[in-house]
Amino acid sequence: MQQQQDTMLLKGNEAIALAAIRCGCDGFFGYPITPQSEILETLCKEKPWETTGMTVLQAESELASINMVYAGGATGKRVMTSSSSPGVALMQEGITYMAGAEIPGVIVNVQRGGPGLGTIQPSQADYFQSTRGGGNGDYEVIVLAPASVQEMADFIGLAFELAFRYRNPALILSDGVIGQMMEKVVLPPQQPRLTEDEIAQRYPWAATGRKAGRSSNIFTSLELNPEVQETHNLHLQEKYARIRRNEVRYEEYMCEDADYLVVAFGSAARMAQKAIEELRQKGIRAGLLRPITLWPFPYECIARLATGVKGILCAEINAGQMLQDIRLAVEGRTPVSHYGRLGGMVPTPEEIEEALIKMTRTLNTNSHE
Amino acid sequence: MKTLQDILQPQNLVYTKPTLMNDRPMHYCPGCSHGMVHKLVAEIIEEMNITDHTIGICPVGCAVFAYNYLDIDWIEAAHGRAPACASAVSRMWPHHLVFTYQGDGDFACIGTGESIHAMNRGENIAIIFINNAIYGMTGGQMAPTTLMGMKTSTCPYGRRADLHGFPLKMTEIAATLEGTCYVTRQSVHNVGAIQRAKKAIRKAFTNSLEKRGTSLVEIVSTCNAGWKLSPVEANKWMEQNMFPFYPLGDLKDTTEK
Repeated sequence: MQQQQDTMLLKGNEAIALAAIRCGCDGFFGYPITPQSEILETLCKEKPWETTGMTVLQAESELASINMVYAGGATGKRVMTSSSSPGVALMQEGITYMAGAEIPGVIVNVQRGGPGLGTIQPSQADYFQSTRGGGNGDYEVIVLAPASVQEMADFIGLAFELAFRYRNPALILSDGVIGQMMEKVVLPPQQPRLTEDEIAQRYPWAATGRKAGRSSNIFTSLELNPEVQETHNLHLQEKYARIRRNEVRYEEYMCEDADYLVVAFGSAARMAQKAIEELRQKGIRAGLLRPITLWPFPYECIARLATGVKGILCAEINAGQMLQDIRLAVEGRTPVSHYGRLGGMVPTPEEIEEALIKMTRTLNTNSHE
Repeated sequence: MKTLQDILQPQNLVYTKPTLMNDRPMHYCPGCSHGMVHKLVAEIIEEMNITDHTIGICPVGCAVFAYNYLDIDWIEAAHGRAPACASAVSRMWPHHLVFTYQGDGDFACIGTGESIHAMNRGENIAIIFINNAIYGMTGGQMAPTTLMGMKTSTCPYGRRADLHGFPLKMTEIAATLEGTCYVTRQSVHNVGAIQRAKKAIRKAFTNSLEKRGTSLVEIVSTCNAGWKLSPVEANKWMEQNMFPFYPLGDLKDTTEK
C-alpha cells in the first residue's frame, strides 16, 4: 500500500477512483454510464478488495446503486457512487431519503448534456438538479465543484469529511471535461479504513447491530405525526444553517482591482480564467470568482464584490442556472449577464472574452444615454 | 386448592413474549399474519443470540413500521429497494445477519429488479416475503400476486388477464437463480404451519450467517381486512384459493446434502 503521496498523470475519472481507495473508502456501488465509466473500471482494475478491503460492486441500476449507498452509509461506513446526469436523475429519490434519514455518503456526477438521454459531451446543466433538491421535500445536498483533476482527487476526502460531519449526502459536481482530461495530480497517502470498533465509537448512530446497553439504531425518513415531522424538518434546517455559516468555499482570481467580474464554476472557470488573462492584456480589468461549494453558495462574497464592479458575467455550460443565485446575491447592485453553451457544446475562452467585451460595450452605451 | 400465586412459578412457564418484541401496540389489523411472523423473527434472533450483529431492512407497505416492534437495528428502505440495501449492508458487515422483510408489492412489483439481482448475485441475506395477494397499507389495491378473478379496489370486477395480466410467482423464479441456496413457501395459519415457518426462517438466517447465498422464505398470508373477511374466514379462503396456486413447501434447498 502507498504510504506516501504520489504524483501521477491521470484522467479526472481515474483520479476519483484512486483517491477513493486512498481515502479509506469502504464501498463503491455504481452502474456504467458515459462519460464516467472509467471510475468503476479503474476501481475494478485496482481490485482494492485485495488491499484495503474496499468493496466495489457493479449494481443492476443507478437506483440500486444509490440505495446501496443509502444503506451502506447507515452502517457508518464510507460509501459512494458515481454516475452521469441521466443516472443521477434516477438517483434523486435515494438522495432525498439520505437527507431525510441523515445518512452520510458521496455521489459523483460527471455531467453530460441533457435534457433526457441528451448527449455524452460535457455540460453543467445539472446545477439546478444538484442545488435545488432534485428529489422531494425541503432538503439540501452539499455540492462541491472541482475545476481540475487535482480537485477531483482532493474533493473525495473533503466530501467524505463534510458528509460525516453533518450526516448529509455530499455531491461532487464535475463534468465530462474534468472527467476525461488528463493532468498531473498528487494523490494522498493511503489512509486505513475504520475498524468496527472505531465506527461504533465515532458514529454511535450507525447500524452496527444493537449492542447490549444501547437502544436500537433506526434509519427512516417516515413520520406520520406532522408535529414530529415538522420538528425533524426544523432540525434539518438548523443543520443547513450551520453548513451555510461554516462551509462556503470559493476562489477569487484578480478580483482586487476588477472593473468587471466573471463568475464561473468547474470547467467553465478554467475557460473563464484564460479569458480574463487575455482581457487583462487588452487593458480590461476583469476578475474571476469561482464558487467551489455550489451549495452552500457564496452569496455574501458575490454581494461584496458586486458593489465594486461595473458588471458581472456569469459563464456556464448551461442556459443560465447559477445565474439565478448570482442575481439573488447581487440584488440589483450591478448588471448581470450570462454566457453559456448548451447540449454538450463547450464555450472557448475566446467566446467568454467576446461576451465580456460585448457586455462592457452595452454598459458603456447605456451609461452615455 | 392452588392459588394463582402457586401457579405463577418459573417452572410452570410454558410461553413468554420474546424480549426483542417492544411493548408497543401494533398497527396491524387483528387476524393479519404479520404479527405472527414478527414474533417468529424476534424469537429466532433471540434464540440464536445474534442481536448485536443483526440488521433488518424494512419495506414500504404494511410492514413499514416493523422497526417499531422489534428491538434491533433497522434501516427503512425506499419502496422495493430493500434487497439493494441489504446487499450493501451485508457487504459492509460480512459477518452480520442481514434480512429484509417485504410484502408482495415491495418484493414482487416495484422492487422486482432489485429482488432478482440481489438473489442472483447470491448475496448472503435472508428475504422474508409476505404474500397476501393485495396492497393492505394503501387500502386493498391489486398486487402482482392477486389471483385471477380475485376482487380488489383496482380490479373491482375481479382480476382479468386481458386487463391486468397474470399473478407473478416470484418464489418459483427465485428457485431458478444460481445465487439462491434455499427457497421455500410457508404459511402461519395454524400451529403446525407456524412451527414449520419458524424452522424455515431459522434455516434462512443460519444460511446467511454461514454465507451460503440468498435464502427466500415466502409466507402465504392473510389480509382479512383487505379481503373483507373475518380472520377465520380468511384462513379458510387462503387454504381454498391461495394454496392451490401458491403451494406450500420447499422449492429449492442446496444445503440439505
